[in-house]
Amino acid sequence: MMLWLLIVLLLVGGAFAWLAERRDPNAPRWISLGAIALALFYFLASIANFSSGQLQLVPDASQASTWLMHYRVDWIPRFGIHFELALDGLSLVMVALTLILGGVAVVSSWDEIDYRPGFFHANLLWTLAGVLGVFMALDLFLFFVFWEVMLVPMYLLIAIWGHEQKAYAAMKFFLFTQISGLLMLLAILSLAYMHHSATGEASFSYFDLLGTRTTGTAGFWIMLGFFIAFTVKLPAFPFHTWLPDAHTQAPTAGSVILAGILLKTGAYGLIRFTLPLFPEQSAAFAPVAMTLGITGIIYGAVLAFAQTDFKRLVAYSSVSHMGFVILGIYAWNSLALQGAVMQMLAHGLSTAALFMTAGALQHRLHTRDMRLMGGLWNDMPRMAATAMFFAIASLGLPGMGNFIAEFLVLLGLFEVSPLAAALAALGLISAAIYALIMMQRTFLGSDAETDRQLFDYGPREMSTMAVMMIGLLWLGIYPQAVFDLTQPVLDSLSSFVADAGARP
Amino acid sequence: MATALVLIPLLPMLSAALLMIFGRRLPQQLVAIIGAGAVALSALCVLSIAQPFLATHQALQVQLWSWMQIGDFSPNFSFYVDGLTLVMMSIITGVGFLIHLYSTEFMQQDDSFSRYFAYLNLFIAAMLILVMADNLLLLYLGWEGVGLCSYLLVGFWYRDPANGAAARKAFIVTRVGDTAMALGLLLLYTELGTLEIQPLMTAANIHWVEGDGLAIVATALLLGGALGKSAQIPLHTWLPDAMAGPTPVSALIHAATMVTAGVYLIARTHELFLLAPPTLIAVALIGLLTALMAAFSALVQQDIKRILAYSTISQIGYMFLGLGVGAWGASVFHLMTHAFFKALLFLAAGAVIHCLHHEHNIFRMGGLRTRLPVVFWSFLIGAAALAALPLTSGFFSKDAILLAAWQAPGIGPLLWLGGLLGALLTAFYSFRLVFIVFFGELQTSPDKQPGWRMALPLALLCLLSLAGGWIGIPVREVFPPQEEQHAGFLVHVISIGIPLLGVWLAYAVYISKQISFQDAAASPRGRRWSQLWLAGWRFDDFYSWLLVRPYQTIARFLRNEPVDRFYDFIAAISLQFNHLLSNLQNGRLRWYATSMIMGLILMLILGMEGAT
Repeated sequence: MMLWLLIVLLLVGGAFAWLAERRDPNAPRWISLGAIALALFYFLASIANFSSGQLQLVPDASQASTWLMHYRVDWIPRFGIHFELALDGLSLVMVALTLILGGVAVVSSWDEIDYRPGFFHANLLWTLAGVLGVFMALDLFLFFVFWEVMLVPMYLLIAIWGHEQKAYAAMKFFLFTQISGLLMLLAILSLAYMHHSATGEASFSYFDLLGTRTTGTAGFWIMLGFFIAFTVKLPAFPFHTWLPDAHTQAPTAGSVILAGILLKTGAYGLIRFTLPLFPEQSAAFAPVAMTLGITGIIYGAVLAFAQTDFKRLVAYSSVSHMGFVILGIYAWNSLALQGAVMQMLAHGLSTAALFMTAGALQHRLHTRDMRLMGGLWNDMPRMAATAMFFAIASLGLPGMGNFIAEFLVLLGLFEVSPLAAALAALGLISAAIYALIMMQRTFLGSDAETDRQLFDYGPREMSTMAVMMIGLLWLGIYPQAVFDLTQPVLDSLSSFVADAGARP
Repeated sequence: MATALVLIPLLPMLSAALLMIFGRRLPQQLVAIIGAGAVALSALCVLSIAQPFLATHQALQVQLWSWMQIGDFSPNFSFYVDGLTLVMMSIITGVGFLIHLYSTEFMQQDDSFSRYFAYLNLFIAAMLILVMADNLLLLYLGWEGVGLCSYLLVGFWYRDPANGAAARKAFIVTRVGDTAMALGLLLLYTELGTLEIQPLMTAANIHWVEGDGLAIVATALLLGGALGKSAQIPLHTWLPDAMAGPTPVSALIHAATMVTAGVYLIARTHELFLLAPPTLIAVALIGLLTALMAAFSALVQQDIKRILAYSTISQIGYMFLGLGVGAWGASVFHLMTHAFFKALLFLAAGAVIHCLHHEHNIFRMGGLRTRLPVVFWSFLIGAAALAALPLTSGFFSKDAILLAAWQAPGIGPLLWLGGLLGALLTAFYSFRLVFIVFFGELQTSPDKQPGWRMALPLALLCLLSLAGGWIGIPVREVFPPQEEQHAGFLVHVISIGIPLLGVWLAYAVYISKQISFQDAAASPRGRRWSQLWLAGWRFDDFYSWLLVRPYQTIARFLRNEPVDRFYDFIAAISLQFNHLLSNLQNGRLRWYATSMIMGLILMLILGMEGAT
């Protein structure tokens, strides 16, 4: 498989969608859906090839043979910058999630966007292309470029197609991610510089930089640069405040990919870069990171409970769920890491579905204020039943992926710190509180109005919801399929960290 | 056999899925056939595996698939069936089926008929997974699934916000216990390296000695889960409110599913509890306390379902008392007989409510003995069993628990005395209910009679409540052998006599009016106590003060995101800086000239500094 083809497909698809806008306002939708479907099909076909044994492991990617595919050409040889993409089990599941939720995002805003649908879909696809690049780039400079590529179109999505306070929210989103991105750039440059001084070779390659020994305060600050960049994106307390605004103001498709995929780039960055590059510093920093994680879990859950805006509630629930991801990553053992990866997938599906519900509600009621809702089960039983499904997935009911994720994180964390696990487990209770109150305020209770003419989900929405429901149940009942893909990667990363940690 | 075993939970599960997806398009009769039929078939499957099992007493194990495997952590989707499981499965599917059959008539008028049966089926399926699971994680899946179904069914009539509140309360209060239990699982896995129940028991016996601190913590955490699901103090407050759901649901929650889960959990992991004597004492004391407090509350309630709800809490308290003194078999036996007579009582109460235009207040009933004869006899038999009158099923099981308490070392006789007081109260409040509802003047006249689909389950449950005491449960291989119980003649006489005394007392107060509590109840102190009991010892107020309101206050305080004030501050500073700088660019030539000259001078000075 040509990895770059996936990215190019989406970039070109976006451009075509933009151009097609003038012919027919519906064309961009079909083009986007087609581009994503094509990319997904191409991707899955290649994976299927792989599992049947035809695809060879790429031996020269590195000494560790967890890489399935690799692509590398020179880009700026003078600075040792390459266009280097690679795919392993971890990237694989994230790419699959990105393409699936990309399709969901297009479908979910099918009849929402009337203003310049072509440019809207172009931005949507370009963001997705940036995300794919982030999940596959193994040259740190290239990684940074993709990091920015996914940011700008997202900014436009919020700023142009957002709701009442779109300008404020878009600016806040941009500033938070841009400033943290700047920190990451500084950290990348410093790391490359240190590598250059140590070996005399200029390189931004992940494999080269992995061996760079960073020690002392300099190493700590570089690590912190990466950490902040990724945890702003995640987001972790106290860098999360852009998220509720951005989520609330973004159009439905924007919220879906923001919550479903973009947040995961932060978690991915922590797993792929921060810990392997800085094992000693990260180990020392783990108590702080875990404290932030626990604070985020509880803080997010309490604030979710306090909201009256449906989308804000879901946004804060994301803050809470991402706390588990940080805990899983910094507990850094197989169980907890698998839990963190599973949380990325399960949260992606369940939250995307809840944001889609929010979009559907707004489309019909022209409000997100839950004080004006209530009793909607009566009018829209299908929407209510699906919302109930994702609400209970979100509160971590066994049988769904979210439970597997949270349980594994707690299990791994318990070995490291029983106290931290006990505190984090409080999140299970508070999640139940906000998820159930959300259902009560919107779909249950008495009818707020009686003369509503509401149309329930049609086949288009129901089939999208069905995809996500089946996905969550599958992750909950047979998660091993994912674990088998990610286990070698996580094992090699953790053994690498353990080796580096053992080094004097 | 393995197929039958898998079908047992699978049938109700499939039926639930079917009804959820297509239910609204199917005719009501078909929904009833699918819903009740799935449980009936499931019950038949239980019978089909019970026969060979009873011949060999060989525990069955079926592995479906490996759930996950990460390092040594490898829980499976697999079932383990021994005598204890078989008893539970029979109760769940047997009593569950009767409740389904009854519901087909009871819910006939409801427009969400299929949604109701979907939830009911899911409830049965989750409970079956809970009891059949061979590892604690799968058990936990069923455990939480049961919690979800109770939420869905208690809040079934969702248009009344009060029902929604009761449903949320049921879920969240039990979730508190569930979280403790989850921590218990984490501890057990971390210490003993497995969650499979049988190997876990072996490992515990190898690694821990009796009284080991970790064993005590682990069992205490599991107990937390059991207290929540089985509605024991301090996590019992959800159960009296849970009657907001349709009455057959109450029968299901109180008899066949849900509240028995905690008792099952402790019985299933009894080897663990045996390693932690302090936890066992706590189990016994909590059980007794709950039995007594709930019995006092039941004395003064006026809502027919609320009386029964408190009686359930009280009876589960007896089961915990039994577990605490190591009478595992007696507790499971009481669980079974209680399932029979409590299902009977709730279904009979449902019939009363059904026939009296949804009347719940017992003081607006009365004289129904002749008007609803089937219901009357059912209720009478149920109440007799609940009061543990001689020869009813409740008598045998409760007597066994009390005898075990009497023989427990140390505080045994005290536990026995407490249990007797509870038995007296139980007999009194059950017959208070019977006498008020079915005797005396007719208050509200019934407008219909229960049809066969309601009468048949009542009749069968009557039979079981009367004769259930003679059913032998096949748990001898599951629990450690107990010494033959020899109690004095007097002890036997007392335990037979106490319930009769309670019934006589109720008769004297409510029928022959020889004794009157009017004066005592009207006195200030009496009123205070009865108010306290009526409000369930004010646990709700206490929790509201301790937890609910502080949580709401904190949430209100944080609602507008205090963290943002920090970023606002940075933004404000940047803005100030911007004002400062933009004021420099004011377009005045004089100002520019001055600043250029000042800058030049500054650079000159700096340059000279550098040169020297």
